[in-house]
Amino acid sequence: MRIFVLLFALFFAGAVHAVEPSEMLKDPVLEARAREVSKHLRCVVCQNETIDESNADIAKDMRLLLRTRILAGDSNDQVIQFLVSRYGDYVLLKPRFMASTYLLWFGPFIVLLLGAFVVYRRLKGTPVAGPAPLSPEEKAALEELAPGERTP
Amino acid sequence: MTDTPAPGTKPRAKRWPYLVPLVAVLALGGVFAKRLSDISGGYDPKVIPTVLLNTPAPEFNLPPLPGLGEGLTSADIKGKVSLINVWGSWCVACTVEHPFLMEIAKTGEIPIYGIAWRDTPERSLAWLEKYGNPFTKIGQDPHSQTIINLGVTAAPESFLIDKEGIIRYKVSGIITREMWRDTIQPLIAQLNK
Repeated sequence: MRIFVLLFALFFAGAVHAVEPSEMLKDPVLEARAREVSKHLRCVVCQNETIDESNADIAKDMRLLLRTRILAGDSNDQVIQFLVSRYGDYVLLKPRFMASTYLLWFGPFIVLLLGAFVVYRRLKGTPVAGPAPLSPEEKAALEELAPGERTP
Repeated sequence: MTDTPAPGTKPRAKRWPYLVPLVAVLALGGVFAKRLSDISGGYDPKVIPTVLLNTPAPEFNLPPLPGLGEGLTSADIKGKVSLINVWGSWCVACTVEHPFLMEIAKTGEIPIYGIAWRDTPERSLAWLEKYGNPFTKIGQDPHSQTIINLGVTAAPESFLIDKEGIIRYKVSGIITREMWRDTIQPLIAQLNK
């Protein structure tokens, strides 16, 4: 029984967040916005973590800074733009859709289409070749084993 | 020869598709080799290209370390080509870079301004006491406000600022002697013209 409780607890364990209670804004609406914004921003020293999850000092300072900006009346996009203008597109966890990222966004579909093309060519090029018809001896042997069996 | 199909047999399947994986692997190997040689040539994949190059340094007004006179403001960096160095007593690489900064400071060729990042004044002062102080002026940035405005990710990081206060070069990590001689010094000479 205890093991089930443990497993249950594990299944429902949420992602770990690094946000400390002292960092949070008093207004829950603004705090929710801050959390939303920080989920889109990459920690600049840990490559693949959002600043919401990262325990790095600079991530913590970025969280505090974005909360200051939100309190000062910035929109979510303005806060994100504020950091992008300093760190570049690198701080965005989801790459923007622009000329230099077209390959990234369309790449998988291009590969899929190429694959479909190859498969199409193969299917069209080769006739559906079944096994060679049985020789008279084989037919005789089969007739002996299974009388009346239909042979190709 | 085996290549010519005997009369009556099916024409052979094309051979070139079998070369596709080989060519793909070779191409991939070529890309890897290029990236690896880039790394040994000084390219660091962890360095984020700065978007602030050739833009004015942000405004700042940082408090001084107690006993070291004035702090550091953005007005200080105008009028003269200067170097801003971001450091912290917690930063191991900074202690490695430090002797070379001392050397530059001795020549007096360029003022070095320090930003003491995420540190307590006591620790910063103890560090300077121990290793020496190459900085013309130092400002404290305990909560990274100016650091984030400068797009800094890790210490040490240095910015070469021209007379108008525009960022002209950024070094992520330690300034090496070679880097100084081959890249930064010529740039300083050019900016001083």
